[in-house]
Amino acid sequence: MQYQSQAVAKPYFITAIALFGGQILFGLVLGLQYVVGDFLFPAIPFNVARMVHTNLLVVWLLFGFMGAAYYLVPEEAERELVSPKLAILNFWVFLIAGVLTILGYLLVPYAKLAEMTGNHLLPTMGREFLEQPTITKIGIVIVALVFLYNIGFTILKGRKTVINTILLLGLVGLAGLWLFSFYNPDNLVLDKFYWWWVVHLWVEGVWELILGSILAFVLIKVTGVDREVIDKWLYVIIAAALITGIIGTGHHYYWIGTPGYWQWWGSVFSAMEPIPFFMMTIFAFNMVNRRRRSHPNRAATLWALGCAVMGFLGAGVWGFLHTLAPVNYYTHGTQITAAHGHMAFYGAYAMIVITIISYAMPVLRGIGDANDNRSQVVEMWGFWLMTVAMVFITLFLTGAGILQVWLQRAADDPLPFMVAQEKVAIFYWLREVAGLVFLVGFVLYVASFFIARPARVAEGAPDAVPSPAG
Amino acid sequence: MSGRFSQTTARNVFYGGSAFFILLLLALTFDTSRALPERDNRHNLTEQVALGKSVWERNNCIGCHTLMGEGAYFAPELGNVYERRGPDFIKAWMKAMPTNAPGRRQMPQFNLGEEELDALIEFLKWTNAIDDENWPPNIQG
Ligand code: HEC
Ligand code: HEM
Ligand code: HEM
Ligand SMILES: [Fe+2]
Repeated sequence: MQYQSQAVAKPYFITAIALFGGQILFGLVLGLQYVVGDFLFPAIPFNVARMVHTNLLVVWLLFGFMGAAYYLVPEEAERELVSPKLAILNFWVFLIAGVLTILGYLLVPYAKLAEMTGNHLLPTMGREFLEQPTITKIGIVIVALVFLYNIGFTILKGRKTVINTILLLGLVGLAGLWLFSFYNPDNLVLDKFYWWWVVHLWVEGVWELILGSILAFVLIKVTGVDREVIDKWLYVIIAAALITGIIGTGHHYYWIGTPGYWQWWGSVFSAMEPIPFFMMTIFAFNMVNRRRRSHPNRAATLWALGCAVMGFLGAGVWGFLHTLAPVNYYTHGTQITAAHGHMAFYGAYAMIVITIISYAMPVLRGIGDANDNRSQVVEMWGFWLMTVAMVFITLFLTGAGILQVWLQRAADDPLPFMVAQEKVAIFYWLREVAGLVFLVGFVLYVASFFIARPARVAEGAPDAVPSPAG
Repeated sequence: MSGRFSQTTARNVFYGGSAFFILLLLALTFDTSRALPERDNRHNLTEQVALGKSVWERNNCIGCHTLMGEGAYFAPELGNVYERRGPDFIKAWMKAMPTNAPGRRQMPQFNLGEEELDALIEFLKWTNAIDDENWPPNIQG
């Protein structure tokens, strides 16, 4: 570790992984409820399990982003964090607020939770992904401000690099757009319109800045390629992301009461949204192929390459699949959407967080530049099992989705929703099996931390290491 | 990347491009706000409809259902349920839950009062009348 204060990243990373585990378990509950409809009913109705699943996802990614910032900003800015103590305090506040919120979902009926937390004073609850009680939302604002103060001043007082500037821009955007979660007008059309300013402008806007800067940081470290080269790529990628993604918001404005011209704006611009994800793939492979050194942490390099590929597949390819208005007319709100949501979130954001964790953890734990070979092999098994399982989850949901569209929306004699669901149940069973494989991959991934030992010198020596790119 | 395309150019494209498209989004948002009154049926947005939306949110219906195609994909689309089923069916349905049919997907009993139920139905009626470019493709949602 070059700077002592980087150590604050560790609890953030550990928490991220723990919450990821919780997310997977609730995913498996949901998957089972799809086919065994009364499983755990009425103790944990589907909507409750779903809130836990998706909110845990977002929260662990936020823990991951914060940990990433605390780890890489001191190194980039070449100085200690302004206040490591504040970072630890903030960690506990965020963790406790998060745990209380999840317990609230699980222990009291949602309507009761709304009442207990004074939702009527400023109603913001009951909307997808924004289910948190208003007081939790306010808590998130406070946590974000404290975090931005800490990171922002560290950068201001230190060296300003392209990487830490872009990261900061992304984080400020993340916090700023969150404020739209407080706007919940009675008019459903307006409510939905601005809801997407949080959800879409996050994942297809400012989060791509965070993704790009973390990826660039790790690539510099593991490849030793010149910063100038990496910086230019980073600018081009995020330029493409925002130029396409901002107006690309229109792909959510086709059928919610907004004017018909959005079908043009949304289709044209979102059709170009795969470009930045494609460039990330080219970028990552290019840098690894031009590497100046063989970094001993092959697992981290594998995650970085995997992230670039899976992000492109999930967001780029599966996004494009249903983004043109005439297609979306039929696929809107079906299992096709779920297929895309899973692979995109896993490929782009779960994997970038795991990439930085994989790179940073051996350093944070004082193990060295990398774990020993055995631990890395187990970690790579985790990588392959989780990634291949996610590919299959996506394929099975896509199969279910195509049939659903056919049976319920396109056939001459369309079937009712529930009848169509029963006909595609086999795909849901297969998805659940793939989900179990994903869980096995996760267990191996976690196990790799417990068996990690320092790498023997011979293992870390250049050229003794097989290339991760194969 | 070729040497002629400098990092400064890349940076300027990023800042300039982003600023331009943010402004374009704001302009389109402005135009949308002007066009919405014709489409979103707001002259029928009564107190009762607003209460209905609140009932919808407080009970997290979106956690199982889609509404105009957004939400969860576990249970039927409700943006057009008013047209598909009608007010009496919906009211009876809400009171009859859960079905407790073994193995079938379950919807909880929310114990709503008459006033809340009527408001909820008004909200679904109002939603059904929004001009959403003829989505969904058919009555099944
Ligand atoms: C835990 C999941 C869940 C929640 C939460 C939920 N529902 Fe449902 N709902 C279902 C399921 C599943 C069905 C289909 C049941 C069946 O066909 O047996 C359904 C069916 C319906 C139907 C009949 C639709 C049709 O076309 O036949 C209506 C109306 C309805 N729900 C309204 C609501 C409202 C209003 C709320 C919120 C107050 C709500 N639901 C919350 C799961 C849920
Ligand atoms: C990493 C980036 C991305 C993530 C994490 C992501 C995630 C998601 C999620 C979770 C949803 C469902 C939202 C809901 O519940 O209503 C969604 C919807 C959608 N996404 Fe993405 N997405 C990404 C990138 C893209 C890209 C690049 C495209 C286009 C090329 C795209 C096209 C769409 C479309 C059209 C929908 C609406 C689906 C519908 O009509 O039901 N997404 N996305
Ligand atoms: C491992 C097994 C998993 C299973 C069985 C599973 C299952 C599910 C189910 C059933 C839903 C609800 C779909 C609906 O609304 O009807 C869901 C939603 C979601 N899950 Fe998972 N999940 C798993 C893992 C993951 C992982 C690893 C991620 C991302 C890293 C993820 C991200 C999401 C997202 C973003 C949504 C919301 C989708 C949308 O709104 O379109 N899930 N999941
Ligand atoms: Fe989007």
